[in-house]
Amino acid sequence: MTDAGDDSAGPPALLRAEAVTKSFPGVKALAGVDFDVRAGEVHALMGENGAGKSTLIKVLSGVHRPDAGRVELDGRPVRPDSPASAEASGISTVFQELTLVPRLSIAENIVLGRQPGRCGFVSWRASYRRAAAAAARVGLDVDLRTEVGSCSTAVRQMVAIARAVDLDAKLLVLDEPTSSLDEGESQALFDVMRRLKESGLGLVFVTHFLDQVYAVTDRITVLRNGKKVGTYRTAELPRVELIGKMLGKDDREVEDLDEPSLGRVGVKGTPGDAVLRASGLGRDGAMNPFDLEVRSGEVVGLAGLLGSGRTEVLRLCFGLDRPTAGTLAVGGTTLAPPTPRRAIACGAAFCPEDRKGEGLLLDLSVRENIALAIQASRGVRASLSIDAQRELAGRFVSALRIKCPSVEARVGDLSGGNQQKVLLARWLAMEPAVLLLDEPTRGIDIGAKADVAGLVAELADAGMAVLFVSSELDEVVQSCDRVAVLRDRVKLGELTGPDLREDRIVRMIAGRHGD
Amino acid sequence: MGPIAMRLRLRSSAPLAATAAIFMALFGGAATAFEGFGSTFVLADLLTENAFLGVAALGMTLVIISGGIDLSVGSVIGFTSIFVASLITDHGLPPLVAWAMALVAGTVFGAVMGLVIARFKLPPFLATLCGLFFARGMAFVVRNESVRIDHPFYDTLGDVGVPLGGGAELTLSAMIFLGLFLVVLLVSRVTRFGRNLYAIGGDEDSALLMGLPVTRTKVAVYAFNGFCSALAGIVLTLYTDSGNPTSATAVELDAIAAVVIGGTLLSGGVGFVTGTLLGVLIYGTIYQITYFANLPASLGSITIGGLLLAFIVLQKWLGRAPAD
Amino acid sequence: MGTDAEPATDPPAPRRRPFSGAKGGFIWPLCGLIALLVFNYFTSPSFFSLEIRDGHLYGSLVDIFNRGSIGIVLAVGMTLVIATGGVDLSVGSVMAISGAIAALMLGDVGAGPVVAGFCGIVAATFAGLVNGFLVAVVRVQPIVATLVLMVSGRGIARFITGERVIALRDDADATAFEAIGTGHVFGLPVPALLAVGLFLATLVIVRRTVLGVFVTAVGANERASRAAGLQGRNVKLAAYAFCGFCAGLAGLIDVANIRAADTINSGVFTELDAIFAVVVGGTVLTGGRFTLLGSFVGALLLQTLLTTMYSYGVAADTAPIYKSLVILMVCLLQSREFRDAFRWGRSP
Repeated sequence: MTDAGDDSAGPPALLRAEAVTKSFPGVKALAGVDFDVRAGEVHALMGENGAGKSTLIKVLSGVHRPDAGRVELDGRPVRPDSPASAEASGISTVFQELTLVPRLSIAENIVLGRQPGRCGFVSWRASYRRAAAAAARVGLDVDLRTEVGSCSTAVRQMVAIARAVDLDAKLLVLDEPTSSLDEGESQALFDVMRRLKESGLGLVFVTHFLDQVYAVTDRITVLRNGKKVGTYRTAELPRVELIGKMLGKDDREVEDLDEPSLGRVGVKGTPGDAVLRASGLGRDGAMNPFDLEVRSGEVVGLAGLLGSGRTEVLRLCFGLDRPTAGTLAVGGTTLAPPTPRRAIACGAAFCPEDRKGEGLLLDLSVRENIALAIQASRGVRASLSIDAQRELAGRFVSALRIKCPSVEARVGDLSGGNQQKVLLARWLAMEPAVLLLDEPTRGIDIGAKADVAGLVAELADAGMAVLFVSSELDEVVQSCDRVAVLRDRVKLGELTGPDLREDRIVRMIAGRHGD
Repeated sequence: MGPIAMRLRLRSSAPLAATAAIFMALFGGAATAFEGFGSTFVLADLLTENAFLGVAALGMTLVIISGGIDLSVGSVIGFTSIFVASLITDHGLPPLVAWAMALVAGTVFGAVMGLVIARFKLPPFLATLCGLFFARGMAFVVRNESVRIDHPFYDTLGDVGVPLGGGAELTLSAMIFLGLFLVVLLVSRVTRFGRNLYAIGGDEDSALLMGLPVTRTKVAVYAFNGFCSALAGIVLTLYTDSGNPTSATAVELDAIAAVVIGGTLLSGGVGFVTGTLLGVLIYGTIYQITYFANLPASLGSITIGGLLLAFIVLQKWLGRAPAD
Repeated sequence: MGTDAEPATDPPAPRRRPFSGAKGGFIWPLCGLIALLVFNYFTSPSFFSLEIRDGHLYGSLVDIFNRGSIGIVLAVGMTLVIATGGVDLSVGSVMAISGAIAALMLGDVGAGPVVAGFCGIVAATFAGLVNGFLVAVVRVQPIVATLVLMVSGRGIARFITGERVIALRDDADATAFEAIGTGHVFGLPVPALLAVGLFLATLVIVRRTVLGVFVTAVGANERASRAAGLQGRNVKLAAYAFCGFCAGLAGLIDVANIRAADTINSGVFTELDAIFAVVVGGTVLTGGRFTLLGSFVGALLLQTLLTTMYSYGVAADTAPIYKSLVILMVCLLQSREFRDAFRWGRSP
């Protein structure tokens, strides 16, 4: 509604970033983003995967240097080229992967690199005094001699914040500080944030938890695909709209989504037996126990914001992460305990979101990547001959229309869309009973997207069970027969038939405060 | 939770305690088993005979704490011994000048390896392997045979000693070892450089993001280890009154073993300088025992390998993250 | 709808730099080898001369293969270990163990040459398995895990031989055994044939079966391999065991060559030569893509360098200086930071 980012009614900005642009090879991570933070406010930075949040934070904290644009702090231009220089100019950052040294004490972690003392010598007494002062500022009340590695995540978080505000920080950036805290710990963190805010600091708060955004922030900036969607006063932005903006829906679109955009058109036949069944499956700190069933010939979607647990559900269903509760059965066999190897043997296949980290082997050829899973299941003695592999790879290259110079081309040299297809081909070669897809269309071009979507429908029609994660709501609605909605690592429920509409999903994610 | 909490509490002190216990048990056991083992003579002997190893191990401790390793130590010791001997005997330089030149050479050599490791990101073991070859080759360039040091200054130094009681004396070598021990202990505890070493070894990425001078610190620690290696070479000439290009082959392995048996974690970030002192004493005691018991010396090196393995597995167990 | 805002994020991936990966990596050592050979061709004409004496082929080139055989054998095993992302520092000590056991079996036990060699190799393979167990199951860093055997392996070898040099006797069995190190078949020296044979056999197995892909996959990305259903543990165990096997074979050649098991000097520093041959050959130490051919060329390059230096009167003692400088240079050229510092082949 109102774009409060440009209104001049509020106090002058503490931090002003203008037209910040940053490209990485092949991706424009930030395209001319303006961003400002005032002294004494908590400013939420929101967005889905690839929105540009982390790039913006890294530009502010000196990890990345922007290609274009300027950053001002207190009216003076700053160009941090390292976290240290950013800290020196008043911008401190607490990264999600806390930058602490686990085997050193809390006190030492707070003062490391700036210990009081002379001529390179450290005065431990003064160090402890200074650490105690910093700890008191964030209300951290533990023995400062404790090794950081043996502290809970909540304490470590506070240690990192204490370290960050120990300098004369003016702006404190908190990158997903609550992602592994429980309710009480989060509340304690918010108290600290409020206290710091009252002392005149500007805070940038990145989180996926909507409740927290509404509990503690003053303004919200939403990014999407490297561009700024807008800056809003938290009090004036209803949840549904915020979710709509994050997922790329216009304000009006969410309100007016009454034309039923029904699920997958042309569903053939009724779904068959359950191929994948999770009962009470869960993992402490990652996903609360959930039940889920995927039947053959059915496409089930997982909808939710980033961090809602959608990726965790897939990983648990493939045995990549060891569950701490519940059971998983694939193809009628209970896996005890689930491991990828067992899941594969029972007919599961998984295309991860992180294609390069957990999927493909970039240095290997298209042929070797496609044949990898089949080879791994056959073992060394029954390896396929090179000719058989070529034939197999060639079949999938033409069936999936993979564009590559030859099946011997290195996968790392292919485009994102074709890499995704190679990964799909690897699993299709296994003729799986259930296919788990995590953001299969992320970062690939529109043509390849359509190919992938078409393929998913075809496979389901042929009787395969598909479990599908996407942050594109329309994609989820269009491709799925049934959608499980997740929020804050809890499965809220399932939508199907006429209920399967984008606005219903958005309202469900927004929860009871939906309107 | 119980065993994990216990493990966490254990892990800061357990390795050092284990080292101390092993030393007491070994030395105490040997003292009761062999007549004359529990004397100040044997203790003084332990310190003197292993002084050059100890000096090398102290430098190595800091390198390992920083998450690195230095395999060139033995070669640098060998080079220094022949370099010093040749300067004194062949070129007639005063010993102190020869020492200074050797120390500078060792330090510069270490700094160059450190630069290659820190700046060009070559794996430490690879860069220092090159250093191992290079320094050993240079030792043969200086002289390809043993050189005696016949200098009044060395004779004088040979007589220096602090009486320990019972007729035993602490030699100059032992004093250099113990002196360096105090210096390194101080460096590791109360200097920024020392604390940065722990931070870098514990988590280099974090150290970088915390704004610590990672490159500079790494170069400095290899330079310091080069200095220690050269000092160890000088101590070796004191002990043998000669220099030999083949001396101290594979001493780096003994030094690493002593450091690890002292409770220092080979992957970096955790280390005890006191542990290294004890580790060197354990090392010496094991060989003393094989000598007293008339056992083959190879049994000593097998025992040390076994201890090494035990400590590595112990550390692995203690170091597991609570999340596991 | 939602796709409107999606930028075209489908650019061609950046082109790979020539010679940086393993595939083309052995070009550099090959160039070095050829350069050395050309240099020798012009400066010492006898270098390329071959002659047949007593039905045996002689000449500098044959000599390079013969003397380089241990290096080649070790480099073959080391290549696979490095490809899994590990390293084996213990091969020199394992050589000593294998040689010591074979010599003991021949001498004190009175076993035949085949049994003696077999026992030596079995012991070495077992040592490799122990390394593999520490790395793959206990999950100790490879350098640390293999350091244990590097420190104690030589002690074990010396202990079982009673700390003496075991000279082979002058009986028929010992003479038959010596053929591994000094014999000739078809006029060619046996060590060279063994080394080339092992190299070719490994090459064929790695290429023909899926083993090579598994090793590369585990070394390049263990997480992705696990997600594809691969058992990285077994692959690593096999690689370390094979490396132990190669070290065992090298130990036998060494004993047969000098007709004695010298546990103090056998295999000293050979682990370094092996690692360097692999690295010079173009396999990167972080694991993944490997090239056995590159390691083969790398081992030959190092041996040719040594032979050339010796022929120019460089003492065996000081040759390591030049060797280390060559190796350092090659490693630096592979370092991205080094190239960047000098703006070589920097991608935009």
